Amino acid sequence: MNEKIISHEELAMTSQTIKISARHVDVHYDKTHAIRGVSAEIPSNSVTAFIGPSGCGKSTFLRCLNRMNDTIKNCQVSGDILLDGEDIYDPKVDPVQLRAKVGMVFQKPNPFPKSIYDNVAYGPRIHGLARDKSDLDGIVEQALRRAAIWEEAKDRLSAPGTGLSGGQQQRVCIARAIATAPEVLLMDEPCSALDPIATAQIEELIDELRQNYAVVIVTHSMHQAARVSQQTAFFHMGTLVEFGDTKTIFTNPRDPRTESYITGRIG
Amino acid sequence: MLTYILILMVFALALLGFWLGKRKVNLAATSLHSLPLHYASYVLLMTILPASLTLAIWSLAAPWLLHDQSLTLSNTNNALAQKDTALKSTVVIIVAVLSLFFAMQKVSPEFQARNVVEKFILAALMICAALAVLTTVGIVVSMVFETAHFLNLHSWKDFFFGLDWSPNFHGDSALSILPLLWGTLYISCVALLVAVPVGLLSAIYLSEYASSYIRFIAKPLLEVLAGIPTIVYGLFALLTFGPFLRDLFGPVGFFAVGWMSDTRSVATAGIVMGIMLIPFVSSLSDDIINAVPQSLRDGSFGLGATQSETIKHVLLPAALPGIVGAILLAASRAIGETMIVVLGAGAIARFTGNPLEALTTVTTRIVSQLTGDGDFNSPETLVAFALGLTLFALTLGLNIFALYYVRKYREQYE
Amino acid sequence: MIEPNPHKSLFVASAQNKRRATAEKRFHMLGLTAIFIALSMLAILMTTIVAKGSGAFQQSFITLDVALLEAKLDKKGTRNPDNLKKVTTFGYAPLIKAAFEQVVVARGIETDLTSKDMAAIVSKSAAAQMRDRVLNDPRLIGTTAEFKFLANSWIDGYLKGRVTRETIANNKNISIAQLDFADRLIELGIIEKSFNIQFILGADASDQRPEDAGIGVAIIGSFAMMCVVLLLALPIGVAASVYLEEFAPENRLTDFIEVNVANLAAVPSIVFGILGLAFFINMMHFPQSAPLVGGLVLTLMTLPTIIISTRAALKAVPPSIRSAALGVGASKMQTTIHHVLPLAAPGILTGTILGLAQALGETAPLLLIGMIGYVATNMPETVSQGLLSPNSAMPAQIYEWAKRADPAFYERAWGGIIILLIFLVTMNLIAVRLRRRFERRW
Repeated sequence: MNEKIISHEELAMTSQTIKISARHVDVHYDKTHAIRGVSAEIPSNSVTAFIGPSGCGKSTFLRCLNRMNDTIKNCQVSGDILLDGEDIYDPKVDPVQLRAKVGMVFQKPNPFPKSIYDNVAYGPRIHGLARDKSDLDGIVEQALRRAAIWEEAKDRLSAPGTGLSGGQQQRVCIARAIATAPEVLLMDEPCSALDPIATAQIEELIDELRQNYAVVIVTHSMHQAARVSQQTAFFHMGTLVEFGDTKTIFTNPRDPRTESYITGRIG
Repeated sequence: MLTYILILMVFALALLGFWLGKRKVNLAATSLHSLPLHYASYVLLMTILPASLTLAIWSLAAPWLLHDQSLTLSNTNNALAQKDTALKSTVVIIVAVLSLFFAMQKVSPEFQARNVVEKFILAALMICAALAVLTTVGIVVSMVFETAHFLNLHSWKDFFFGLDWSPNFHGDSALSILPLLWGTLYISCVALLVAVPVGLLSAIYLSEYASSYIRFIAKPLLEVLAGIPTIVYGLFALLTFGPFLRDLFGPVGFFAVGWMSDTRSVATAGIVMGIMLIPFVSSLSDDIINAVPQSLRDGSFGLGATQSETIKHVLLPAALPGIVGAILLAASRAIGETMIVVLGAGAIARFTGNPLEALTTVTTRIVSQLTGDGDFNSPETLVAFALGLTLFALTLGLNIFALYYVRKYREQYE
Repeated sequence: MIEPNPHKSLFVASAQNKRRATAEKRFHMLGLTAIFIALSMLAILMTTIVAKGSGAFQQSFITLDVALLEAKLDKKGTRNPDNLKKVTTFGYAPLIKAAFEQVVVARGIETDLTSKDMAAIVSKSAAAQMRDRVLNDPRLIGTTAEFKFLANSWIDGYLKGRVTRETIANNKNISIAQLDFADRLIELGIIEKSFNIQFILGADASDQRPEDAGIGVAIIGSFAMMCVVLLLALPIGVAASVYLEEFAPENRLTDFIEVNVANLAAVPSIVFGILGLAFFINMMHFPQSAPLVGGLVLTLMTLPTIIISTRAALKAVPPSIRSAALGVGASKMQTTIHHVLPLAAPGILTGTILGLAQALGETAPLLLIGMIGYVATNMPETVSQGLLSPNSAMPAQIYEWAKRADPAFYERAWGGIIILLIFLVTMNLIAVRLRRRFERRW
C-alpha cells in the first residue's frame, strides 16, 4: 500500500476539523479499475488541491465526493466516504440532499440559459432556502458578493447568464454553487478554460472562499496548486501517492514519483 | 415507326459510336489525355443527345403546331399522324448519324474528352437537382392557374370571407373556405392535444429515465407506429374507434348521453390523428432534448436538483425553441392529413364546437370535389384547386416559420 | 441566509426533501404512463387489424356436383368454341338450380325453399366460374363435374358470425329459411370454410359480390408504380444529392434548391395529387388511373426523402477518403463515382427502401388521379398494359372497400391492410438488415 494519509496527530497540530474522510475507495468503470484504494481526509476552512498527470483519476475521485459518479452508467464505487461522520453512500442518503451540502464548479463554465439572477437563485429555490422574495434577493446578492462578481452583475441581473465573458461566467457558476449554502466546494479544473487574468481573479476568490468552506480543487497546474492550496494530494494511475502540506509536497516530497512529477520528468 | 423502336435505333447508333470511339483511340500512336472510356463516352453522348432533343421537341411541338391533340403517345392511327411519324423518324436518324460523324472527327489523343464528359455529367446532376425547384414551381403554377380560373367564376370575397359551404348543381353554390378551415384547425388541435403531451413525455422518459433495456424495446416499437400508413389509421377511426366513441357517448350505450349521432366526428378523427402523430413528436423531441449539452444537466445535478427538477427547470426551457418548432411541424402534418379525416371526420361543413359531431376539413373537400361527377370546369370542381393552394400556402408558412423560430431563439441560448 | 448549518444530518429528510422525492416519483410515473399509452395504442391497432382481417383469407365454399347437360350448353353437339361462347351465364344458372335439387334428394335434406332460393346462396360469380371452366375444357360437357363455388357474402357472414338470425330481420337478400338450409349443408360438409387464395391473387368485384373481391390486381398496380418510382427516383435523387453535396457552390441558388427540397419533404401528399391531376393528366394527357401516372406522382413525392437520406449517407463518408483519392490525381467526378458513392451505397439503398415503403402506403394522391377501386377486372398482360391501363393500388383498393359500407367489404379492407403491412414490414426488415450488415464504423 503506497497511499499516505495525514495522521491525526499531524492534523491536530494544524487544529482543523476533518470535513470529508475517505477510506479505501475503489472505482470501477466496466472493466477499468480507475481508482485504487484511495484514502484521504479533507479538512474544513482550507483549500486542498488534487494534482497529477492526465488520466490519473483525480477528477474521478472528486466526483465521488458528491456522488456525481451516480449519473454515469456502469460506474461502481466501493469503500467509505464520510461527510461529518456520515457515510454518503449509505442507501438511506438521497444524493439530492448531499449535493446541497457539497457544491460543484465545473471545468467549462456552464451557466443555465436563464438570467444571472435565476441562475444563482435556482439552487435556493429548489431546496426551499428562502422564505420570500426579499430573502431570496438577499441570498443572491450575498452569493454574488462572495463570488466577487456583485459589482459587475448588480445592474444586469436579468441579462442572460450566457452573455458574459468566460471568467465572469465561471464566477456566476461559483456564486450559483455558493447560494445553496454548501459546506464543501468541489472545483474541477475551474480555470482551465479561462485566460490568465480571469484565472488570477478566480484564484484570489478561492483564497477568500476558504474562510467559509472546505474547498477541494482539481488542477493540472502544479503552480496553481502551490499558489492556492494548503494541502495537496498527488494522484498517479488511480492511486493516491502522497498527501500532505502543500509546502512540504513541493519542496520535500517523500515519494520518488511525486518528485518526478513536480520536477517535470513525468506527466 | 413506333417511338420506342426509334429510340432503340438511336441507342444502337450511340453504342456503335461508343465502339468506334474506343477503337480509334486504342489505335492511336501517341499517349492520350483521357482514358479510352472517356472518348467512347463522348461519342456516345454526342450521338444520343442531339437526336433525343430533336425527338422530344418534335413530339411536344407537333400536336401544338398542327392543332391536333390526337398526336399523343398512344395514337398513331390517322394519315397525318403517320406522315408526321415517318418524317420525324427520318430527321432524328439523320441528326444522330451526323452528330456521330462530327463527334468521331473530334476524337484525337489531345482532345480532353474526360473534361468534356465530366462537364456533361455535372450538367446532368444539376438538372436533377433543379428538378426539386421545378416540382415546387409545377405545384404552384398548376394550382395558381386553375385557381385563377375558379376566381373568374366565383367571387373571391365569398371564398375567403363567406361562412357557408354547400355546393349544388344549380350554379349558385356557396363555396367558402372558412367553415372548412374551422374543421381543419379544430381537428388538428385535438390531435396536438393528444400527440404533444404523450410524445414529449415519451421522449423525455426514454432519453432521461429509461434503462437501455426498455429503450431497446420501446424505440423500435415507436418506429413501427410511425411507419403505419394513414389509410390504416383512417380505417381504424371509421370502423373501430368511431363506433367505440358512439357506444360511449351516443344515444344508447355506456353514458347514453346522446351527444354523438354519427360515428364520424372531430374526436374520432382528431384522437386517431393524435395517435399517428405521437411517434413524430416523440422522435423530434428526442433529437432536441439530446442536443441540450450534458454540461447543463451536470450543473443542475451538481446543485442537488432531482431529475424531474432538472428536466422541468433546465432542460425544457433550454430545449423550448426546438420543441415549439416540433409542435409547429406536427401541426403542419395534421393540417395536411387526408385519409384519416376523409374516413373519420365526415362531410358536414359548419361552425360547431361539439367535438362529438361530424365536421369536414379542407383536405376532405379537395378529395370530394375532385373525385365527384361534376364537370371539370365548373366552380364546384375548380374550387378544389383554390383549396389546395390555400393548404399549400398554410403548410409552407408553418414550416418556414418553424424553421425561423428555432433558428432565432436557439441563438439566444447558445 | 446562506451560512451552512453544519449539524444537519444527511440521514434526516426534511419535509421539503420528502415532497421533492414524491414529485420526482410522480414525474417518473407520468413518463412511464406516456410510453405505456403509446405502446398500448400500437397493441390495440395490431390486434384489431389481425382480428378483423384474418377472416378475409378464409372463405365459405359450396361443393356441388353439377350435371353439365349438353342440351343446355351445346345444342348442336359440335363442341364448336364459337357456339359454346354464345351460351351466356344465363344459360348456366339453371344447372346450379338442378344441382341443388339433386343434392336435396340425394342427401335427404328437408327444406321448403324453392330451387331458385336454394341456388341464391351461391355467389353470383358461380355461373361465370362454370362457364370459364367449360370453355377451357369442352370435354366436360355431358359429364357431371364437381365445382367449388363461393358462397354468397351473407352465407359467408353467417359462417363467420357476422350475420345472425337477428340481424337479417329486414334483409331482402337472405332469409331465415336459407340460413336453416345452410346449417344442414354445413352439417353434411357441403359448405365449409377454406383458405381463399383468390383474395390474394384475384381482382376486385362489384358491390354485389364481396365474396369474390380480391386484391391481387391492385398488388400488381402497386408493384408497377413502385418500379416506376425506383427507376426514376433513385437515379435522379442520387444525382441531385451528389450535386448538392459534392459539387454545388455555396451561393444563393444552392440555398434556394436546398430550401425547396426541405419544403417539399413536408408538403401534404394531397398537393402532389393535385399536381398529378393538373399536370400529368390534364396538361400532358397521360391516361387516367394509369400506374404510370401514379408512379410519376409518387416519384416526385419520394424524391425529397431520397435526397435527404442520400445526403446523410454521403456526409457520413469521411473527408479523408476524398482527400486520398484527389491526392493520387483523380478528378472530383472520379473521386465521387469511384470512391464516395460505393461507400455511401448501403446508406443510399436503405434510404431508398424506406422511401419506397412510405410511397407504397400513400393513398391521397392516388385518389385524385383516379386510381380507385374496381377499375381493372383482369391482370394486365403486357408491361405496357401494366403501366398504362387503368388500375388501382393496394391502399386505394382498401379505401374503396371501406367506402362501400358493407361489413363483408370491411372484412376485405382489413384483410387488405394485413397484406399491405406484410409488404411494409418486409421492406423495413430488409432495410434494417442492410443497414446492420454494411454499417461501418469510421
